[in-house]
Amino acid sequence: MATIAANPLTNVFAPMSARRLLVFGGIALVAAGMLFGDVFAVFILHPNAGRQGEALRAAAHAVAAKNPAAINGIFTGLGGVLEDRGTKVDAHVHMIDAGYLALLLALVQPFIAFSAARKKALAAGFLIGGAALPVGIFLIHYVGLAYSPFAVLGWASVLADSAGGLLIVVLVAEAWGYWKYLQAPHRQETPLPHDTSWAARALLSGGTILILAGFLHGAWYAGADLYKHEAMELSILHTMISAAATDNVSGASAEVTNFGNLAGAHAVNIATHSHLIEFGLLAMLLSFVQPYVLLSERWRRRWVMTLLGGSVVLPVFVALELHLGLIAGGIADLGGAAVLVALLGMLAGILRYTGNLDATGAGA
Amino acid sequence: MSGSRKLLLLGGMALAACGMLYGLHFALFREHQTLDRLGGSLAEAFAYAAADHLPQSNAALDAYASTKYNYVRQVDVHSHWIGLAMLMIVLGAAFERVHFRETARFKIALAMLIGSVVFPLGVILQTVEAARGLGSALAIAGSVLVTAALALTAWGFGRARNDGW
Repeated sequence: MATIAANPLTNVFAPMSARRLLVFGGIALVAAGMLFGDVFAVFILHPNAGRQGEALRAAAHAVAAKNPAAINGIFTGLGGVLEDRGTKVDAHVHMIDAGYLALLLALVQPFIAFSAARKKALAAGFLIGGAALPVGIFLIHYVGLAYSPFAVLGWASVLADSAGGLLIVVLVAEAWGYWKYLQAPHRQETPLPHDTSWAARALLSGGTILILAGFLHGAWYAGADLYKHEAMELSILHTMISAAATDNVSGASAEVTNFGNLAGAHAVNIATHSHLIEFGLLAMLLSFVQPYVLLSERWRRRWVMTLLGGSVVLPVFVALELHLGLIAGGIADLGGAAVLVALLGMLAGILRYTGNLDATGAGA
Repeated sequence: MSGSRKLLLLGGMALAACGMLYGLHFALFREHQTLDRLGGSLAEAFAYAAADHLPQSNAALDAYASTKYNYVRQVDVHSHWIGLAMLMIVLGAAFERVHFRETARFKIALAMLIGSVVFPLGVILQTVEAARGLGSALAIAGSVLVTAALALTAWGFGRARNDGW
């Protein structure tokens, strides 16, 4: 088992220091964002896609029945369905990204030339903004424009935008602190040590390969399919409306199915691209905190393998969803759950480390 | 601290702030209006068709496609700038483990920075009619630079491992 005594750099995780706040807060944000994403994928994503199809079919029926008055109501409903989906995806993405940024800031704390108190205040500000931003985005669909003095912005948007503004202010301040450090390099705290363990090396190289795979997949999709899919979407909508206008309701309904399949193909490719890169980044970030995962070598390896395995399974089976259907979707969700469990396992190891550190008074 | 690490860390922080500022500006002043236009033009296309005005319906559909084309790219710029910035900061923290000479590491870091700025910039230029070709060229060049820089970095990590790191 790793021990604190074996590591002389005990001031890297001082109690309630900026770095400790950022590491714990960052991992908590990433874990919460992943949990939210898994719940969203299992319970909301597919019913939402079904409601989009129903709305388009209703619109095609209204065209066939020459009833333009019904269209506005149908599209108001469709707008609500799309907003419901979009804000949940955005809340998931922004919560995880805020977590990643918090972990990144934890890495660069030794190179920020501010006092410990100012660094802690900035860390607290970042975590407040990182938590409030996705909450605000999530609430946009439910709060709407209620009691808002603005024409298009509701109070939830104001909360989200203010939180985003707070994140920018903190990041600019951290960049300024780094600039000050470059002018007169003098570290107040110890950088994270270079860990040469199997776990750290596997996470760093595995993460780099995952990101590279994500880049290549994104480049392939942008080059081979993105423009084709955009043209197909327009063509399907033209055919759908033309068929409905000539009272060919079954033809229009078939185009609604085609539209749904195309949207599915687009979403699957974007999700594969983004999850490969995000899991790669997460693996690289976690490689830096491995010296502080106070678990036996066997358990550290288990969590690393679980995390990397889940990071491959989720995007691969998301990509296979188009061919294998819901079975692949279920396996992908299991991959996401594996990443989440591994993340919590590592967090437990870091909690053990800091708990021991505090108990012995070494981190003070 | 080496020049390559400084470049990655400072460049990454600056790029993340730029990506966030762009996202904040877009969310405050553009996104809601764009989404309204997007939904409105699609609803119009169906409503015109229901009223037997197919030419107007087709025009509304074309407006929908154009608005969506721009919206997708505007969101992509925000997410790619911030995503690439985070990658630069992570690499900045570990770049001494890339076992190349510092001059080579600096060139890789510079390629990563230029690619990370230029690739999303090219994507957003694709929404300007007069600069669509230039935008595509920049986006391709930027993505090639970023991918090549990351591939070299992965190779450098591998070399480091062979050297006993």
